[in-house]
Amino acid sequence: MTLRIRGVRKSFGQVEVLHGIDLLAEKGEVLAVVGANGAGKSTLIKILAGAQPASEGELWLDGERLDLRSPHDAHEAGIRTVYQELTLVPELTVTENLLIGSLPRRAGLIDWAAAHRRAQELLDELGFGAVRATTKAGRLSVARQQMVEIAKALVSEPKVLVLDEPSAVLAGSDLDSLFALVRRLQERGVIVIYISHRLAEVAALANSIVVIRDGTVVATTTPAETDESELIALMAGRRLERIYPDRRPAAGDTVLSVRGLTRAGEFEDVSFELRAGEIVGLFGLVGAGRSELAHCLFGDTRPDGGSVRLDGAELQPDGPRAAIRSGLALVTEDRKRTGIVASMTVRDNIALATMRATMRGPLIDGARQGARVAGMVRRFDIRPAHSAAMRIDRLSGGNQQKAILAKWLLAGPRVLILDEPTRGVDMATRVDIYRTVDELARSGCTVLLISSDLTEVIGATDRVLVMHDGRIAGELDSAGATEDQVLARSIGEAAA
Amino acid sequence: MTSQTAPPPVEDERRTPRRQLPRLVVGGRDVTSGVGFVVALVLLVVLAAVTTENFLTEQNLTNLLRQMVTVGLLAYGMLVVILTAGIDLSVGSVVAFSGIVSAGLVADLPIPLALAVGVAAGIGFGLVNGLLIAGFDLAPFVVTLAALTTIRGLAFVYSEVPIAPEDPGFFTLGTALAGPIPVPTLIMIGVFVVGGIFLTRTPAGRAIVAIGGNRETVRLAGISVKKHLVLAYTISGTCAGLAGVILASRVGIAQPSVGVAFELDAIAACVIGGASLAGGRGSVRATLGGVIVLSLINNLLNLHGVQSFWQQVLKGLIIIAVIIVQRRSMGERA
Repeated sequence: MTLRIRGVRKSFGQVEVLHGIDLLAEKGEVLAVVGANGAGKSTLIKILAGAQPASEGELWLDGERLDLRSPHDAHEAGIRTVYQELTLVPELTVTENLLIGSLPRRAGLIDWAAAHRRAQELLDELGFGAVRATTKAGRLSVARQQMVEIAKALVSEPKVLVLDEPSAVLAGSDLDSLFALVRRLQERGVIVIYISHRLAEVAALANSIVVIRDGTVVATTTPAETDESELIALMAGRRLERIYPDRRPAAGDTVLSVRGLTRAGEFEDVSFELRAGEIVGLFGLVGAGRSELAHCLFGDTRPDGGSVRLDGAELQPDGPRAAIRSGLALVTEDRKRTGIVASMTVRDNIALATMRATMRGPLIDGARQGARVAGMVRRFDIRPAHSAAMRIDRLSGGNQQKAILAKWLLAGPRVLILDEPTRGVDMATRVDIYRTVDELARSGCTVLLISSDLTEVIGATDRVLVMHDGRIAGELDSAGATEDQVLARSIGEAAA
Repeated sequence: MTSQTAPPPVEDERRTPRRQLPRLVVGGRDVTSGVGFVVALVLLVVLAAVTTENFLTEQNLTNLLRQMVTVGLLAYGMLVVILTAGIDLSVGSVVAFSGIVSAGLVADLPIPLALAVGVAAGIGFGLVNGLLIAGFDLAPFVVTLAALTTIRGLAFVYSEVPIAPEDPGFFTLGTALAGPIPVPTLIMIGVFVVGGIFLTRTPAGRAIVAIGGNRETVRLAGISVKKHLVLAYTISGTCAGLAGVILASRVGIAQPSVGVAFELDAIAACVIGGASLAGGRGSVRATLGGVIVLSLINNLLNLHGVQSFWQQVLKGLIIIAVIIVQRRSMGERA
């Protein structure tokens, strides 16, 4: 039995994110797929899971060409995927979550005793005996829920099991159970596709390792032939050609000073300073606490300890309104959920944070507001050019993002926090965004650029702060920094 | 890379920007420009004119104008609340309470003051609804459902029997005419005009519309969601109070049992006008259109002498039909 992926490409609109992936996995093999955020791992997983069809290329399993158009197709073909996000129904018991659709019946009614027995047997057999089948899924810890997710994927005895960052929420003995399970599956002949950031784990478990970068397989190797530092270098790759404006770090006065900022479970003892006219990158892997820190700086959540000073005066965490008055602005990570008002026009969206800036008596001066918005549409080259009266959700993602930036620029912020501003944004729009951010900084605004894109976090900034596990794990000068230095700090390694 | 599900960019450069007439559309498209709406309106008028003798008489048309005031006022308040993705089920009970209180106070207070107290009661109920919903983060449906029964009860507590003030001054507000147009109708039109400007041209109005679209985005833009929710329910309560006082004054007798299911007519008017119960989408002008359609239906059935229970049945069916016709002509989901 062989799983073969040949020349798989995937495009979203005009943007191709996978440029012809080839993979090969034999029966009983653990194939690790590693790569930086945005390398294309998740897209590849979705193709395997049938959640998104490939634009081009072939999938073969056991000598059969697969045509996966839905998750159901993938299940039928014997491919099961366990995602990072949990999908259990919290109100139902573990038994129901596991056996839903195939609950044993007696005289037309569900035979609960038999169902619980079967579910418990399954869990015990997988080494997850710590989970009780009769518990409601929502009452389990995240780690235990993850175990149930894996068990659920194995109920139908799949030929291929795809695990997306399975260890992210596991620790200690739970992690040991997971490893033992993977080895057992291997003996049974299951093909395991194992996606992980944790390179040590990959080295211990995998038969072979595939490194993906920018939508391309850049290396296929084995744990014996490589080591962690080589993998990091492969993941980071070489720097792209310069699409970033030339930065000459400004040595302005300290504007924002963060001291010992702590929020339990999110980040701990975070201290740094931002100077006027500076662009500072903040890099970290998913779960490192970057976005949580951004929301706390913006006054959206209250810190448990520490302080934030703006121009020497302590900022009180009194909500976004107070933060905006003090001169902060936050472009959030999730454009759809917290960035735009989809039902309103581009104009309404751009003017949203500054409606009171163009008043005439009790009314908004439509002409002045329109002129301000039109100025921003031109400055950012938001397309189509007459889009001000269009609903914002008719625009492409990149243009929506430009409109969100425009909204905050109108507020004239002193400190602009950008959380993943270029996620899902095409290259041309990225360049526009970098250029605008650079202009802003030159005019004295301070920018904190949160990003999980290595090239961007170094290329578009003056300095990079690296977060790991809720703490600032390092600071690097962008001019001399390499991507592997940043990546190494973000996974808790010493300087490479 | 993970979330490239944005809709494809619209590259239609030929489409000229829509005429920049002062539109009272507050989010999404203006339904009154939909063909279906105009068709429905014309059909109803023609049907009424052809099948009855009395439709086009001055008396009937004046009646029609008077009768649409209650639903009209309630519908504007309801629209404001629906735009925030909320609902106000208490307006029918507020109509009863405001009416009976102002009628009861006529004996002790100068008439304008008695009427003002009735309206103030509506403001107060709306404020409480808003504070409960925004302050305790409760579901609007539940809070205003509780208010529906509470306020209805209070109306009966105030007076179990209808109150008919003897002072003829009490009828002035409800029955006065300005030329051929009833004063209450002018008040209603005034509410729609001012209310339209409020929703389209003031920061608070825009905030209310935006909250229904995406309250997280609004909050992170430094706009107080709670404050504007309280404002929205207060506006709805105010409209209901005003409607109650005007209704009592027009009929000349205030009943604690009046206004049952009025909230449904108000909601129906908004929905016929294209408002989305999910919030963020609705039009002041089209809601007024919805009010007119509903009133026409009522009037038509009355003229035909249709028995009142059958009126309810027919009204329900007609509302569904109007909405289907209209949404299809707009090419949008119903």
